[in-house]
Amino acid sequence: MAYSEKVIDHYENPRNVGAFDKNDPSIATGMVGAPACGDVMKLQLKIGENGIIEDAKFKTYGCGSAIASSSLITEWVKGKTLDEAASIKNTDIAQELALPPVKIHCSILAEDAIKAAIEDYKKKHA
Amino acid sequence: MNYFELFDLAVDFDLDTGELARRYRLLQQQFHPDRFASGSEREKLTALQKTAQINDGFQTLKTPLSRAEHMLALRGIELAHEQRTLRDPQFLMKQMELREALEEIDTPEAVLDMDVQLQSEIKQLTDALRAEIIAIDNDTAADTIRKLKFMHKLRDELERIEDSLMDSW
Repeated sequence: MAYSEKVIDHYENPRNVGAFDKNDPSIATGMVGAPACGDVMKLQLKIGENGIIEDAKFKTYGCGSAIASSSLITEWVKGKTLDEAASIKNTDIAQELALPPVKIHCSILAEDAIKAAIEDYKKKHA
Repeated sequence: MNYFELFDLAVDFDLDTGELARRYRLLQQQFHPDRFASGSEREKLTALQKTAQINDGFQTLKTPLSRAEHMLALRGIELAHEQRTLRDPQFLMKQMELREALEEIDTPEAVLDMDVQLQSEIKQLTDALRAEIIAIDNDTAADTIRKLKFMHKLRDELERIEDSLMDSW
């Protein structure tokens, strides 16, 4: 299967790979996995006192599309509020990366990673 | 399609795989396309379809994971083509650690160690799955099946690593 140029770009030069300290109160951690393919994605957001996402890092074990999807969202969420980030849809990701139908689940994984991270943050600050 | 019925076996997570194999061979012979070589096109097609079903059924019932998935499908819970994600942070964190450990494997001994660890995790999950299926705790069983899929994926990955190690040695 041929990957789109954007997928290859993110795959070869992934943005924001790495990790923050998950115990830091300003860090939100989202862990999600796709049983069908065994992909695992960790997305971490650094959230400022004003509720704006200042930075994001990810670590993903999976195919090129899963890595590209997570790399892309780390760029997209920066500068957004949590509500804005939560409104990112998997279809936006799939469209931007021109994912074929069999790789749509990678974009779903990325969308769910954002949601899981936001839930984690809300739990931490409840 | 109920594959247990196809082989005339009771719906049971712990089915006798030897008996399954025996019935599989019998059915295979019974519907072998060669036996319908002089039959009508319709008979040939039916035999071919039946053979495909018998093969699919055997593959599905042979291993505990796909057998359990089939049992849940018979209970109305279809997991085969689902796109939902698993959100169990503790389990996923462990998956990350195992993936990291896999990346560092560079000797046949390390492959063996990891294999022992994965087999033991798979056994634990399979034992849990058996109890959940018997208790008709379908939602928990579905999650255990999802977890087992991750573990099987890891084992596939380990096999790939083993192959590449053998090539380079």
